[in-house]
Amino acid sequence: MTIIFDGLAAGMLLFLISVGLSVTLGLMNFVNLAHGAFAMLGGYTCALLLSRLGVPFLLAAPAAAATAALAGIILERTLYRRLYAATHLDQVLFSIGLIFMSISTAHYFFGATQQAFVLPDFLKGQINLPGLDVGIYRLFLIVVGLILAVGLQWMVSHTRFGAELRAAVDNPRAARGLGINVDRVFTLAFALGSGLAGLGGALGIEMLGLDPGFPVKYIVYFLIVVAVGGSGNIKGSLLASLMLGLFDVAGKYYLPQVGAFVIYAVMVVMLIVRPQGLFGRAAAK
Amino acid sequence: MTPVKLDLSPLRRAAAWHWAEYAFWLLPLVAYFVFPKNLALLSQIAITALFCLSLDLILGYAGIVSLGHAAFFGLGAYAAGLMAKYGWGDPLLGLAGAALAAAAAGFLTSFLVLRGADLTRLMVTLGVSMMLYEAANKLTDFTGGVDGLQGVDIQPVLGMFSFDLYGKTAYWYSVAVLFLMFWVARRLVHSPFGLSLRGIRQNVGRMPAIGAPVNARLVAAYTIGAAYAGVAGALLTQTTQFVSLDVMAFSRSAELLLILVLGGTGSLYGALIGTMVFMAAHHFLSDINPQYWQFWLGAALVLIVLFARDGIMGLLRKLSAPARTPS
Repeated sequence: MTIIFDGLAAGMLLFLISVGLSVTLGLMNFVNLAHGAFAMLGGYTCALLLSRLGVPFLLAAPAAAATAALAGIILERTLYRRLYAATHLDQVLFSIGLIFMSISTAHYFFGATQQAFVLPDFLKGQINLPGLDVGIYRLFLIVVGLILAVGLQWMVSHTRFGAELRAAVDNPRAARGLGINVDRVFTLAFALGSGLAGLGGALGIEMLGLDPGFPVKYIVYFLIVVAVGGSGNIKGSLLASLMLGLFDVAGKYYLPQVGAFVIYAVMVVMLIVRPQGLFGRAAAK
Repeated sequence: MTPVKLDLSPLRRAAAWHWAEYAFWLLPLVAYFVFPKNLALLSQIAITALFCLSLDLILGYAGIVSLGHAAFFGLGAYAAGLMAKYGWGDPLLGLAGAALAAAAAGFLTSFLVLRGADLTRLMVTLGVSMMLYEAANKLTDFTGGVDGLQGVDIQPVLGMFSFDLYGKTAYWYSVAVLFLMFWVARRLVHSPFGLSLRGIRQNVGRMPAIGAPVNARLVAAYTIGAAYAGVAGALLTQTTQFVSLDVMAFSRSAELLLILVLGGTGSLYGALIGTMVFMAAHHFLSDINPQYWQFWLGAALVLIVLFARDGIMGLLRKLSAPARTPS
């Protein structure tokens, strides 16, 4: 039971980080491998605010999200925007370039070591039920993840912005003709994606650790979530993340020799069998 | 009925060796005498150039994007290393074994890669290479895991030239293999097969209409590319007598892409020149500060994608264009 619970928590964390990628890669069709870099930025912001300035955790995490979102806006306006129409290969190369730059920048400022991170007291400890140890922080992650999942789903399907985003993605020209400011919608969506990554990075320090290698270490996990979950599908991303978290935790617990092998195998099989993802709609283009 | 006469002379002219190419291949000779202290680095350049050539075959010519090409490099490296460890230390035999192993893996995975478009290909190749990396990491009895494969004992090349401390044999051996493989690749890309690959890259829809089996051609190209990468990996093993786990790492695939893009995709010399420029820059800049180097590497990549998509070969072509008659 504890394994299932930990798996769910890990999956939720994964969801928090990769749902942002689901927006940029899935909806906007931009292969942003540098997604982890935004998560790392959020992580470092949070860690620094906590340790150097003594900001309370519940403030530091949103601040991390805001920082990542801001960075997202700046980069989208200056660089990403030029490559929306480029081939996937160009986008990959570009974002690998960004990864390299982010890794060495983090290295330069913070060194190669893991960042120390102390949870606030009210999130420490466990609740012990019969047969189940519930870490409070994990419970907190699950709750935050659920709230965000519901909120995002609602935003995409029920708000004006969500409708504009879907329209802009499906047919930018027609959307522009209807008076939708497509550029602005894309910028906002990108900011949303990177902001979520930042939040995930901040919340994830405790479980994933934080060092300059972060953007490369977890990139495959984010990609799997999007690949399995289907493009721009929040419910799909959520289910895919939870499954992945469960598989990963259970795999590491029961079959430590095999390690991450299972995960990669699942991803490849998945891509072969259902290239559009488990819950994906057929590609619009 | 009169037989159709095709004017193949432009193709023949493109297939003939240009004087600049002869000059280019004098470089290894010159480098040997100018930098006798840096033979290890020069061998590395030759090996990476071969590796880059292999990616160029599948990406630049066949148009298959790959984020996991290091998988084949690593397979070749381990194949050669294991063969040498268990008694088959003949270098040429090792190369053949590595080529076979990598080609087999390339052939098998090519069917996965053929399904789906660019994005799926990127992720499938990445996934396959990560799987192999994990496998190599966990099979410690077999590969040595993180510690690397020790005890690789390579016999003299052709039974005559043993690998010496100064790297002379290693250097000439690498350059000779590179040249031979390059020569074959050059024949290949100018053959009807190579031309059909270019056609597929430019217009997948039309190629079946003129009778080119698209999938079979892509499978063949991917397999050949994998075999080339395997040979490059084997060369690395044989010249360093060691295999480390990072032969399969993601960063190697990413770096290779960068090198190829720097040199210019779809041109064999682009792969070679890109490697030379990259490795030389790496050598000099990372001495100053490794982190600094990685930052500028990333910046260079971003700039290339934004402004100089054809790489160095694109620049050279632009420079030499006014001299030629427009075709």
